[in-house]
Amino acid sequence: MINDRAIVRLADESEFTAEVTKMAATPAQGEVKDNLIGIGHARKRKEDPRFIQGKGRYLDDIKLPGTLFGRLVRSPYGHARVKSINTRKALAYPGVHAVITANDLKPLKLHWMPTLAGDVQAVLADEKVCFHNQEVAMVIADDRYIAADAAELVEVEYEELPAVVDPHKALAPDAPVIRDDLAGKTDGAHGKRTHHNHIFTWEVGDKQATDRVFGEAEVTVKESMTYQRVHASPLETSGCVASFDKVKGELTVYLTSQAPHVVRTVLAMLSGIPESKVHVVSPDIGGGFGNKVPVYPGYVVAIVASIVLGRPVKWVEDRIENLSTGSFARDYHMTGELAADKNGRISALRVHVIADHGAFNAAADPTKWPAGFFSICTGSYDIPTAYARVDGVYTNKAPGGIAYRCSFRVTEASYLIERMIDVLAQKLDIDKAEIRFRNFIKSGQFPYRSSLGWDYDSGNYSAALKKVLDAVDYAGLRKEQAAARARGDLMGIGIATFTEVVGAGPRKTCDILGISMFDSCEIRVHPTGAAIARFGTKSQGQAHETTYAQILATEIGISSDLIQIEEGDTDTAPYGLGTYGSRSTPVGGAAAALAGRKIRQKAKKIAAHLLEASEDDLDWAGDRFQVKGVPDQFKTMTEIAWAAYNNTPDGMEAGLEAVEYYDPPNLTFPFGAYLCVLDIDRRTGETKIRRFYALDDCGTRINPMIIEGQIHGGLTEAFAVAMGQELIYDDNGNIQGASFMDYFVPTAVETPHWETDYTVTPSPHHPIGAKGVAESPHVGGVSAFSNAVIDAFAHHGVTHLSMPHTPWRLWQTIHGLGLDK
Amino acid sequence: MADKKKIHFTLNGRPVDVLAEPRELLIHVLREQLGETGSHIGCETSHCGACTVDLDGESVKSCTVLAVQADGAEILTVEGLAKNGQLHPVQEGFMQEHALQCGFCTPGIMMRAYRLLAENPNPSESEIRVGLSGNLCRCTGYQNIVKAVQYAAAKLGASRSPG
Repeated sequence: MINDRAIVRLADESEFTAEVTKMAATPAQGEVKDNLIGIGHARKRKEDPRFIQGKGRYLDDIKLPGTLFGRLVRSPYGHARVKSINTRKALAYPGVHAVITANDLKPLKLHWMPTLAGDVQAVLADEKVCFHNQEVAMVIADDRYIAADAAELVEVEYEELPAVVDPHKALAPDAPVIRDDLAGKTDGAHGKRTHHNHIFTWEVGDKQATDRVFGEAEVTVKESMTYQRVHASPLETSGCVASFDKVKGELTVYLTSQAPHVVRTVLAMLSGIPESKVHVVSPDIGGGFGNKVPVYPGYVVAIVASIVLGRPVKWVEDRIENLSTGSFARDYHMTGELAADKNGRISALRVHVIADHGAFNAAADPTKWPAGFFSICTGSYDIPTAYARVDGVYTNKAPGGIAYRCSFRVTEASYLIERMIDVLAQKLDIDKAEIRFRNFIKSGQFPYRSSLGWDYDSGNYSAALKKVLDAVDYAGLRKEQAAARARGDLMGIGIATFTEVVGAGPRKTCDILGISMFDSCEIRVHPTGAAIARFGTKSQGQAHETTYAQILATEIGISSDLIQIEEGDTDTAPYGLGTYGSRSTPVGGAAAALAGRKIRQKAKKIAAHLLEASEDDLDWAGDRFQVKGVPDQFKTMTEIAWAAYNNTPDGMEAGLEAVEYYDPPNLTFPFGAYLCVLDIDRRTGETKIRRFYALDDCGTRINPMIIEGQIHGGLTEAFAVAMGQELIYDDNGNIQGASFMDYFVPTAVETPHWETDYTVTPSPHHPIGAKGVAESPHVGGVSAFSNAVIDAFAHHGVTHLSMPHTPWRLWQTIHGLGLDK
Repeated sequence: MADKKKIHFTLNGRPVDVLAEPRELLIHVLREQLGETGSHIGCETSHCGACTVDLDGESVKSCTVLAVQADGAEILTVEGLAKNGQLHPVQEGFMQEHALQCGFCTPGIMMRAYRLLAENPNPSESEIRVGLSGNLCRCTGYQNIVKAVQYAAAKLGASRSPG
């Protein structure tokens, strides 16, 4: 097998490639599929050789001659007026080149910047600070040690103001005014603002009809739940190297960005430099999970510093900066209500959310979606009537609202409905699996229009859940649980049957700053039959170099080992919106397939010319065109590629290239059924995960090995959120613990063992039927863990417990119920 | 700022001399002076282990070792794991078992696994998990990392056994 040989030959890739070239040039009959290493193959990763040999090139590895280092001075207060900033001592420190404050940015009109959510955000604090560790000044120095020394010498005089960190209290009439800059502005980006700390109100669904159903319902349940403030905390923090060439007037920015093309457009707009002279490059990225979508103030200041000083400037966050100021996720304070009949058949869902966006609305959502895709909150269930309202609120906390390993606000939505259906089951004393079967959208109902307006593409929810229940012997587990309860032990079984909405998105509904959310692929097949393909997305560990090549291998009949994939350099890659919200496979992958088909179309014309046959008489045979009924009359793609450069039909231009900008007709709706079994120690509150079984359906599976890896990772992040992660603030707005000492990232010891399974329900509108997978395990996992913890207490009348389910919190519950006696 | 000290150590089998301030961290000397950027900085507080290197036969987190403490030491980093163009079994295992995604934690975890297997050639799953508990990974969920270490243990064991 080509693939296994790759492992021992990593040290010399060129030798390996030469061998594959030989094999691909003379494929024996019956070996076509293996040689191509296309869709469905557990291909080893193309990225690994460099990473396992320490040859990745991450942001901080980039070292340009003459680079200076930036260090931000940050606010020690959650809310304060900046009375004065004295930079004299810092400037006098040997090795310091500049200290930049808001006053320096004002002449450039860069002391504030627009956010993705239609708000503005202070780049450096302009007269006041609104959250702990807000950016106040940047010191630029010869090295990072000098920069850190001098940052300590910047003297800032503050007048502390009362802070508000609770979004409910922020809406009180006499709550502190957080955003003085918005005084008198009653029109926000998403309608009227009704209070000085109110950002937007977003409503979806039929309120009147929903209220009416609730009024007439046999049974209703209501539960309030907080989805705590968490952080994606990729292991590599954010940073940039900005390098302005004064002679050419060109700006090059290396940046840890999941969306480099959009950043280039924003930088061109902010700086006035023509976009053709702005070069943004995302190098290898050490994990993103949504945290590397936004443009952070540090980037802007480093760029200004480079323009002013004419030297490259590097700025890289430390971990505390990353956790305390890099975009957070969630902080959704949700109240859910279900109306149902006595059999548990749901007739309506009503939801109200107070969404804490921090001091600036820098949530990363498509422009028209202030609460992201939260309206997917009807989940996998056929709920005929629904209404949801989200109120966005300012508080004295760091700005953000990114989609931490999920599509926009989908984890929140999924958590709400998966919790609520459990609450209803408990109220009616119906089994938690059974109530899901009773409410699932049936496989015959697809395509399905949800009451909140989504067009679900495909699904088979009952089959998925049934497969999981059979695999774990669900009935047996419930019996065991009954016995455990009789003994006074706390055993929980949690189910989550989630549906995600990913792959943003169709241009009629989805844009970022006015740019439609298409994505792109550009392919060039070289004369020898090797190829390069470039994409507008940007991998952060998802292995695009491996999987995109597999899609193309299947589409154009060239071995994936001969297809080089590139992303991240805005000079060479076609424009795209980047990688987040599981959009790479649904959008970028579709672009790959369709660009590949354009290549094949031209290849067919060339083959017809070479074979002196009509195009209609040719069949595609995986890696060649052959004459119908005469399989030994054929031209392989390798031969066709060569001919594309020396023997094309009259009137056809040379070359074999294609570009596709793919506008998805719809989003995709991956789903899954998860089951978690756990035991809680009633003396200590510690939880032991006994079993976690995850069945995912992401449609067509491109690389099973990579899919499984993504699911392991997503489940682990779900475990982290459900069981330990939380960014806590005190009443004065001080963040309580923003290092890995306090913020929970599981080690190999706590992390459970994962069992994975799958079904395949292709997306009918995606060219290869794929839906995207990497975020599903996070979306479904959080609910499964939380439902399991709460299920352990269900027989004591507990319907909800707040995440994270730490031993301390659970012990409090146990103690409160008197179970530790 | 204090005067720079002359420091001598062996890096991946090669003698090196560097000048460093007494407060300068080993990770910065490795990455910025010596250009060996395979070891990474993830937290600067010894929690994440992305900077793990092997120093005189022990795993250390080079973000909390002063460069001057490495004077006279033998240091092995990820760049020194492969020998004569042959990958080390730990590297092979990581690729074979899909034990990495973004790759940022990988060099540190592989260096820790390298030392773990020297200390305990046949670790159980739980010994591997505990042995790697000073290293954080955000992508993989560790399950395939455990498999990679088991793969390396088997391969190293086979190469040690006679015949």
